[in-house]
Amino acid sequence: MNFHRSFAHGVHPEGHTEQTEHLPIQRLPFVKRYILPLGQHLGAPAKPTIKIGERVQRGQQIAEAGAFVSTTLHSPVTGWVRAVEPRRHPNGKLQAAIEIEADPYATQRLETKPSIDWKALSSNEFITHVQKAGIVGMGGAAFPSHVKYAVPDGMHIKHLIINGAECEPYLTNDHRLMLERPDTLLQGIEIVRQKIGAEQATIGVELNKADAIALLQKHIKQGNYEHIQVAPLRVKYPQGAEKMLIKSLFDIEIPAGQLPRDVGITVNNVGTIIAIADYFNIGMPLLERIVTVSGPGVEQPANLIVPLGTPVRELLKFCGGLKDTTCEVIMGGPMMGLPIASFDVPILKGSSGILAFTAAETSKPKEYSCIRCGRCLEACPHFLNPSRLARLSKAGWYTDMTQFKAMDCVECGACTFSCPSGIPIVQLIKVGKMEIRKASAASK
Amino acid sequence: MQNIVIAPAIMVGLGLFFGIILAIAYRFLRVEENPQIEEVDELLPGTNCGACGQPGCHSFAEEIVAGTQQPSGCTVASPDIIEIIADILDVDPGDQDKRVARLRCAGGKAQAHQIAEYRGFESCHAAALVSGGGKGCSWGCLGLADCEHACTFNVIQMNDNDLPVVDIDNCTACGDCVAICPRDLFEIVPLNHKLFIQCSIPLEGEAARILCSTACDACGRCVADAAPGLIRMENNLPIIDYSSGEIATIEATFRCPTASIQWLEGAQFEVKEKSQTPSDDPYARIL
Repeated sequence: MNFHRSFAHGVHPEGHTEQTEHLPIQRLPFVKRYILPLGQHLGAPAKPTIKIGERVQRGQQIAEAGAFVSTTLHSPVTGWVRAVEPRRHPNGKLQAAIEIEADPYATQRLETKPSIDWKALSSNEFITHVQKAGIVGMGGAAFPSHVKYAVPDGMHIKHLIINGAECEPYLTNDHRLMLERPDTLLQGIEIVRQKIGAEQATIGVELNKADAIALLQKHIKQGNYEHIQVAPLRVKYPQGAEKMLIKSLFDIEIPAGQLPRDVGITVNNVGTIIAIADYFNIGMPLLERIVTVSGPGVEQPANLIVPLGTPVRELLKFCGGLKDTTCEVIMGGPMMGLPIASFDVPILKGSSGILAFTAAETSKPKEYSCIRCGRCLEACPHFLNPSRLARLSKAGWYTDMTQFKAMDCVECGACTFSCPSGIPIVQLIKVGKMEIRKASAASK
Repeated sequence: MQNIVIAPAIMVGLGLFFGIILAIAYRFLRVEENPQIEEVDELLPGTNCGACGQPGCHSFAEEIVAGTQQPSGCTVASPDIIEIIADILDVDPGDQDKRVARLRCAGGKAQAHQIAEYRGFESCHAAALVSGGGKGCSWGCLGLADCEHACTFNVIQMNDNDLPVVDIDNCTACGDCVAICPRDLFEIVPLNHKLFIQCSIPLEGEAARILCSTACDACGRCVADAAPGLIRMENNLPIIDYSSGEIATIEATFRCPTASIQWLEGAQFEVKEKSQTPSDDPYARIL
């Protein structure tokens, strides 16, 4: 099968990965204060299980899942719980969080547990284990992974797709993970593949990461992984979106309102798979993640292993601080990430990057009227009509937006990127989607 | 020649045929409507604002004529008009209870601490999605004038302090601003309910005070100073219970350390705010 393909439409932003793609992953030293918001994944917020003042060990569970679509939280450091109260979340709001002060005299060594015999686990036990480890999708959306694996009766997952596309510019965390820990990755894929009963696993990697493709292919051959293959993909944004990746690899379109599991596919990020492998090998729950600190405003860009809950300030300090010309710091990728309003916001399970931009990159173009050029239609990977949706949103006709399938928008931002008139299309669609959700919640 | 005659002849014939059907239908199928409804509808303002609870002025006219609502239910019409309608129908005009929109926030840009500069497009809804604009407070007014654009009667105007000023003489309490505000800050209150809490922060103590110089920090002094049972604390905010029968007095506002509870005689904010410089607040650092 020829895998050198891609999905239709999409855009080609400049990659800008050269700043960090060659830099090995470094470990960020432990800092004094960690803030762990209870709602850092999609779904119900976690419920704290600790008391204020209590001493916690690194890796100890500090909050339990609030519902099935929710997950646990673990202390990233040995120290003391100092507060459970509202703290600033990267989304700008004050939300309930657990604050942990690190013990400066602790060794912070993680007590490794004997590896779990995953082959003996039933699929239900596997799902409980994944939830207990607090693992969520590490690509950015932070959707609890165990929910993806809990397939309703009658559905069968045929394919497992590993998302190594990393289509957002600047970010290199998945790239570095694939280069530095290919064996762990393959082992993790094998665990998930066998536990969800998929016959085949495919790692989708964009061609701008040719070294990772070659390395993974070498390791697959060495390790004799029969059911894993690497699929090079043409470079295009938003290839890393779940539905786009499925379209690229298998040429299957997921019907509106359905999930990949409806067509027998599960998609996982590289980081998620490595977190699962770490949990089953050494018993380490999700305590840390790889964050790319990059952008023209950072003195020394880096790929870092960061304990969850570390304030962004500490990451920037480690990277030599910000240049004087910096005027905006974004959490996530430049296409979908949101600017942060304070440096004291913590790294969450879904924070893939911290990017600092100068005035040149963030200048807001002057907004002109829509000239009906149709570039946003050519860019939209979901074949929506972004300019019409934006106009409806501007006029406040939110109910009409549902007719034009606003809820199928994945908010990738390709429309705004391609708009020659500088219209904030995706922002307007997001406003409309928020209003539609509000209206449907009110009507229930 | 013949063709030219036939075509108009057919058209005239069709016109006559359908005209007769319509005439018969008008004669036998017409719905008798009370002429008073038409008359009252003419007198009503015709804004279809919905403040009376009806979808439009015509259905409100039907309600009045049927006697299920009093003419004073219309908050837009002037008292004279209400009087005229009552005279025509020979009913009690009822008390026109003047109600206005009040904002449960007084944290303009001079009071609320700014933690960042919002540079997205100018709409409260958009700012609510992106980190809630530049203010540190996650509950307060965003100040980007969505209510000013939504107001049917153009009585909301943003002042220099980025707070919406409601022209209470012309506010009809239609509720457009209540519906549009992404933070649900507007509330329709009777004008004679003068005691009002101008804050929505559900935090207490220092956590609230560092966000805004006029934040309610849930100290509870107003509860102690008002008549017992009038004010109660709920979710770290005082709730004034006018239905309790106790009389609200200005005394409740005297000891408020942040002036978040107010005795409102007129509009909440001035159109021209006195120029205030943000104070050198020691808490600003923390944010």
